[in-house]
Amino acid sequence: MRVPLEWLREYCAPALDVDAIEERLTMTGTKVEAVHHHGVGNPDRFVVGRVVAAEPHPDADRLRVCRVDLGMANDDGEATIVCGAPNVAGGQLVAVALPGAVMPGGAPIERRKLRGVASEGMICAASELALAGDGDGGGILVLDELTLDAEPEIGAPLAQLLPISTAVLELEVTSNRPDCLGVYGVARELHAATGAALAPEPWHEDEGSSGELPIELARVTVECPDLCPRFSARVFEGVAIGPSPPWLAARLLAAGQRPINNVVDITNYVMLLTAQPLHAFDLDRVSGGHLTVRRAHDGEQVQTLDGQTRTLDAETVVIADDEGPTSIAGLMGGARSEVGPETARVLLEVANWNGPNIHRASWSLGLRSEASARFEKGLAPEQCVWAQAVATQLMIALCRARVAPGTIDVGGDGPPSRPIRLRDARVREILGIEIAVTRQEEILHALDFHAEPAGDGLDVRPPPVRREDVTREADLIEEVARIDGLEKLPATLPKRRGAYGVLSPEQRLRRRALDALVGRGLYESVGWTFASPALADRLRLADDDPRRMAPVVENPLSEEQSRLRTMLLGSLLDTAAHNVSRGLADLRLFEVGTVFALTPDGARANAPDASGARGETGVAERRSLGVLLSGRLDEPSWRVAEPAMADFFAAKAMLEALTRALRVDGLALAPARQPFLHTARTADVQVGGESIGWIGELHPLVAQAWELPGASCLELDLDRLIAHAQARRAYEDLIGYPPLRRDLAVVMPAGVPAAEVLAAAREAAGELLRDVRVFDVYTGQQLGPGRRSLALALSFRASDRTLSDDDVAPASERIVAALARLGGELRA
Amino acid sequence: MIERIEQLRVQAETAIAGASGSEELEQLRVRYLGRKAELPRLLRGVADLAPEQRGPVGKVANEARQALEAMIEQRVAQLAQDELAHSLATDTIDVTLPGSPPQPVGRLHVLTQTTRELEDIFLGLGFTVIEGPEVETVHYNFDALNHSPTHPARARSDTFYLDEDVVLRTHTSPMQIRAMEAHPPPLYVVIPGRVFRPDSDATHTPQFHQIEGLAVDQDVTLADLKGTLLSFARTVFGERREVRLRPHFFPFTEPSVEVDVSCFHCEGNGFLKDGSRCYLCKGEGWLEVLGAGEVDPNVYAHVPLTEANAPGYDPETVQGFAWGLGVERIAMLKHGIPDLRLYFENDLRFLEQFG
Repeated sequence: MRVPLEWLREYCAPALDVDAIEERLTMTGTKVEAVHHHGVGNPDRFVVGRVVAAEPHPDADRLRVCRVDLGMANDDGEATIVCGAPNVAGGQLVAVALPGAVMPGGAPIERRKLRGVASEGMICAASELALAGDGDGGGILVLDELTLDAEPEIGAPLAQLLPISTAVLELEVTSNRPDCLGVYGVARELHAATGAALAPEPWHEDEGSSGELPIELARVTVECPDLCPRFSARVFEGVAIGPSPPWLAARLLAAGQRPINNVVDITNYVMLLTAQPLHAFDLDRVSGGHLTVRRAHDGEQVQTLDGQTRTLDAETVVIADDEGPTSIAGLMGGARSEVGPETARVLLEVANWNGPNIHRASWSLGLRSEASARFEKGLAPEQCVWAQAVATQLMIALCRARVAPGTIDVGGDGPPSRPIRLRDARVREILGIEIAVTRQEEILHALDFHAEPAGDGLDVRPPPVRREDVTREADLIEEVARIDGLEKLPATLPKRRGAYGVLSPEQRLRRRALDALVGRGLYESVGWTFASPALADRLRLADDDPRRMAPVVENPLSEEQSRLRTMLLGSLLDTAAHNVSRGLADLRLFEVGTVFALTPDGARANAPDASGARGETGVAERRSLGVLLSGRLDEPSWRVAEPAMADFFAAKAMLEALTRALRVDGLALAPARQPFLHTARTADVQVGGESIGWIGELHPLVAQAWELPGASCLELDLDRLIAHAQARRAYEDLIGYPPLRRDLAVVMPAGVPAAEVLAAAREAAGELLRDVRVFDVYTGQQLGPGRRSLALALSFRASDRTLSDDDVAPASERIVAALARLGGELRA
Repeated sequence: MIERIEQLRVQAETAIAGASGSEELEQLRVRYLGRKAELPRLLRGVADLAPEQRGPVGKVANEARQALEAMIEQRVAQLAQDELAHSLATDTIDVTLPGSPPQPVGRLHVLTQTTRELEDIFLGLGFTVIEGPEVETVHYNFDALNHSPTHPARARSDTFYLDEDVVLRTHTSPMQIRAMEAHPPPLYVVIPGRVFRPDSDATHTPQFHQIEGLAVDQDVTLADLKGTLLSFARTVFGERREVRLRPHFFPFTEPSVEVDVSCFHCEGNGFLKDGSRCYLCKGEGWLEVLGAGEVDPNVYAHVPLTEANAPGYDPETVQGFAWGLGVERIAMLKHGIPDLRLYFENDLRFLEQFG
């Protein structure tokens, strides 16, 4: 909403500069987003002059050399000004821009020669002063032809006569305050915010026209009163269509609207003033003089003022005459009954429409207008009468129209507002600060509420325009608080009874997981939740892979963002591809995020009910953790020229670091396949026998699809991983009795997995064996084909004594025997 | 006799002091203290002396021997120390070469870092952290939060829909309802999470992150909201910060406010020391950081009384505040990040700068 300050001051003029007004409005809830300037740059350089004589220019056919009397505004009294306007003539009172003037577009006026004649300023056209649109005919503004509040005096500042310069406040009006989409509503806010006097409502005197409108002039039938709570109309005859006067055109322009003609401009002006949209019909183009308000027929068409043909559905309301729809209610008038230069009789419609219905129609037609933006927020039926009153004054004054006796008024005022009790104690309890009841009352009165002392506070009835917005005590507390000033609130802290701020064990473990990976040199990536439907194919997922069952966004920004991701690998690959394509080839990345799946049967209770089914979305969410390594694991250095490359075991080392950091025991990898991973370098990640994810080297075709040289990756269900983390444990004495260590090299058939060897060793050794791991792997000719040597580091320990060789000898023997059963033999 | 001993002692001491290596010291030790040397011989001959001479001579000779032994020992140690010092001093390396092997340093994403920082602030104020689903029902995302059936935020231009009743949550506020359904008052929680709106330009991305706050107790006031957010503002933006509450409108709070923090770049002046307009606050002196308010009574009315939350949320007996702040916006302000899309591009040269 753009409000010219000059216009606002007509109704409320606090003795404050524009910055202070901005501050007061902003701090009471009407945020000033920006302050613009409309009109000339320096109004003091614009004065009234009289053209003493206008002679032809000696060297230019279309220019005149004018002698202009500037009175006190010029040392010499007279100035010579070259003017190109066809209508300039001796004797005219005109608007003169003196040298040094700055025009609305920023152009400076200087003394200069025009075809050899020195010109000391410029005689201005209305459009040059931003007092008219561009199509004002190109002639200069002749002040004698205007109806002005004051008599123009030669040499007097032009700004005393015409609004040639004003600040314009651009306001952010919240959706609950459609009344502030009108200048008078903003004036009332300014009044309440500053205490400056508020001028009477511009509709407080209505010049016309009570009683019934004669039926032969016009008739209105409302077939859908549910969607049209009020419809009012007046008829104006003898209308003289023409341009609007400069003061009105200037206000429209400053508010961001183009002047069209006096009748249309009046409808816009009154809307900008009262927040109530109006529509003018050329009554002679209303077939049968009969308007019917009804729901459209499905598929019915109407050509709107903007020249477009719109197809309507059965929930859209139209205003039809005997030939069909001639206007879309609340959105836009029709071309057929548009007011034009020939219009002589005007039917002025001011109606109230159902806000939600207008909102729906506006969206379904893709048609938003100044009118719909107001109607959809819900206006008060009372505003119809107010706007009719203001429009009637202007139609008579500016169009020399006669108002026909009588007003069509179908429907009526809104329901009387019921009193709301505003408890004094409640004000204090909610705000944490005292506001005197008398002050509360004063504020509410300033906002046009009815308030009177009652019991433990005030009984308050809001004005019609606040009927929808203010219905409860809480709403009143807000009104009182915002005007009294939230800056007065102290800064206190809540009592926080029983509150203690602590992360849950799961949240702490999640942080630890991330920190462990960061500590291993990984960068955290935050990818997109949205995925492309093509992702499943790019990852080579089988047709029946459940990860194809991605939830679908009905209204995505693009097809590429129309699915919710079912795994993190896609976004990690996107991150990798982004960096690799920019020459950043060594990647150590991880991501933690939500992945989605349609619940198995896709079932979901549609109807909300108390059983909690209203929480069912049909989509299951999991927290996933993914790692992607690609390229070199370290930077090359002066001692290590060729660092190791990311491969399966690099990824597995990250997995092991992660499980150790989280104290997750029982990590096991089982051979498995994933369509997007290397056929033979893939494993299922298991913890405590439960599968929680996968690990492997990227399938070359998948790497190719993202233009990556290759990568090793893993993805885990983070919550299930963390569920296996050991809780806080009790101290165990690992120091008093040191372990006894033994190394064992055993030659095994190459096909026996290391994990099987270790498991056999553990089982055979019994409880003294606390740890066993592979520390070397050797294959060579002397071992024979299909054989490899595994070097095992064994650690024996007892909790009640220091072990001797004799203690562990039997266990060692049992291990050797067990490995022999797997085809192994001690290496000589 | 005693004179001879003194003479030998002086002679030996001079030689030891002048010795320049451990070999020479060994030779001196043999010469003065060896079996065949004069001093030990004298010492052995004490027994043959007259009884009145034995005491004085023995004493002098013994002292001389001990002194020389100690002196040699000391000189040997000294020389060893000098030799070690010399060998260390000449064993040089170029200390300015890089460490090796290089230790990789990872980084948390700036959004995670910022989220943690904010979580920690509110943990310190006694709030607990809870999380909730990113796919939500219309009920939790709009209805229960007192959005009118025609509220513009419901439009398909403003909300991603999975079907008529299911959306990608547009804010973390649905968790206000879920939290109140699951826990009785008093309730002090913050809810970090990812949210979604169909916007895409330099200042809007279709996904972003919020941290919701909710405090409900018998007597939590708007002034308490101001104090809580003042703590937040000073922790994040510096101890000289102030906050101001500006009246606003949100369907699920009443009174509703937008919260501004005094600009940390220009100290709230709106202009810099050189007189130029502050680019960060655009000369306003204030930065808009979040929306908040007292929880609307209608929101409590949407929280059913259950076994889990008994005695439930009766707006006549409980009251409190809620806020929703944007993590991207806080990080953007703190670090001067010009374009929100950078967050999700994950260019290493971006990631490297934070965390």
